[in-house]
Amino acid sequence: MDAILRTENLCVEYRTLGLRGEIKPALRGLDLSVHPGEVFGFLGPNGAGKTTTINVMLGFIPPTRGTAYLFGIDVRQPIARQRIGYLPEMTYYYKFLTAEELLRFYARIFGIPRRDADRRIDRLLKLVELEPARKRLIRTYSKGMQQRVGLAQALINDPDLLILDEPTSGLDPLGRMKVREIIQRLKNDGKTVFFSSHELGEVETVCDRVAIINQGELKTQGRVDELVARHGANLEKVFLDIIGYQSQATI
Amino acid sequence: MNTIGALAGVVIKELYRRKDFYVLFVLTAVITIAAGSVRFFQDPNIVRYVKDLCLLLIWVSALLITIATAARQIPAERENRTIFPLLAKPVARGQVILGKFLGCWLASGAALAVFYLFFAVITGSREHDWPVLDYLQAFLLQWAMLGIVTAMTLLGSIVFAAPSSTVTILFVVVAGILFLGRHLNTVALHNAEPMRSIIYAIYFIIPHLELFDVRERVVNDWGLVNWLDCGLAALYAVAYTGLFLVLTWLAFRRKSLN
Repeated sequence: MDAILRTENLCVEYRTLGLRGEIKPALRGLDLSVHPGEVFGFLGPNGAGKTTTINVMLGFIPPTRGTAYLFGIDVRQPIARQRIGYLPEMTYYYKFLTAEELLRFYARIFGIPRRDADRRIDRLLKLVELEPARKRLIRTYSKGMQQRVGLAQALINDPDLLILDEPTSGLDPLGRMKVREIIQRLKNDGKTVFFSSHELGEVETVCDRVAIINQGELKTQGRVDELVARHGANLEKVFLDIIGYQSQATI
Repeated sequence: MNTIGALAGVVIKELYRRKDFYVLFVLTAVITIAAGSVRFFQDPNIVRYVKDLCLLLIWVSALLITIATAARQIPAERENRTIFPLLAKPVARGQVILGKFLGCWLASGAALAVFYLFFAVITGSREHDWPVLDYLQAFLLQWAMLGIVTAMTLLGSIVFAAPSSTVTILFVVVAGILFLGRHLNTVALHNAEPMRSIIYAIYFIIPHLELFDVRERVVNDWGLVNWLDCGLAALYAVAYTGLFLVLTWLAFRRKSLN
């Protein structure tokens, strides 16, 4: 089966500030493949290169070497992003718009006809439980509500691939549960979900496969059940073993 | 075109939900009404001074609105990080530039139209005369000029670090062109080489915004400018606007978003 999301020998290097301007690698030859219909967890400690990988896949930064493809199209082509939805870690939306206006704006960008857009906006605002607040400016929303607007905008084009960057960070347990339910529902609808997270329990519950990276290098990639069985421990323990963490007690 | 239109719509919404335009409009209205109510020596020509003052305020206000609106568009997208969900859609950076330009230009045009309507009402109530075509021509020429200013400001917003520095630099540059642009060739003649060539080069490179200023004709009722000349001025504006937009795109294309 053809991968929906694929990276080949992906390398990103940053030049540090200062007179010498040293080169710092953020990604070192990353090979990933995500297949249709699976929920794929992308794990790694802070600074491992998760957000850099997502930034390359969304065309925000060019790779230094290697390539990345979405639906077989080079990510440098804007059309590669026609069938994806993206939810950033923090809420980055026009706060002077209402939720309805924001969704209409994004629907227009995707070229969704007005009647169809109206239907989708109604459905999504119900799904994320923002129907009563649809006419309020986003700047008046709580953090949880803003995150839910983010989820609605990520779904406005009925994407085949959803890229979520730590979707539950900063949400209360109810909000997390809601996001998890939505991911599950998308999976049942045959959608592909790629998400980075620190919530390993959550990843273990919803993901089919995971990739673990550390210091820009892919450490492992495989099915969650197989990884857990191979290491004879839960995903948190597997993760800590793979990144080479040793507790103070062990030392 | 959908994408560019959608982006422009957001810029327009932002302008009318902010206070800048209302403050400047109220200020212009108050000063004009106060000046219009003064009667010096029962001079019937006092209305010309009111027109002169009102048009000057309109020019300053329109420039302020245009430069301030255009200068913050792309820096605000980067600072608030709204550029990320936007570029995660099938949107090219060139479309972002065009959408921002169109939004700023349409928004400044709408604000300018309100100013000119107010100007027509005030002067009409004093002169009992409504030279609609003169006002329309002055409005269209100024709006074409604002197209160049918008594109210049967008370029400045990519090049300079902060919106406040862009606003200051652009306002100084635009004011410099308006006041000194037409005299640069004369200044060049009074200088020795290589200064002469440098000043001449600047004279031929800068967009001559003063070409679009027909305030004097409106104030003194000198009649309309030939519409063909207006068409040529519009083409001149399109050429410079296009040039600045291409430069903006080239600068923004490789710009880091963080």
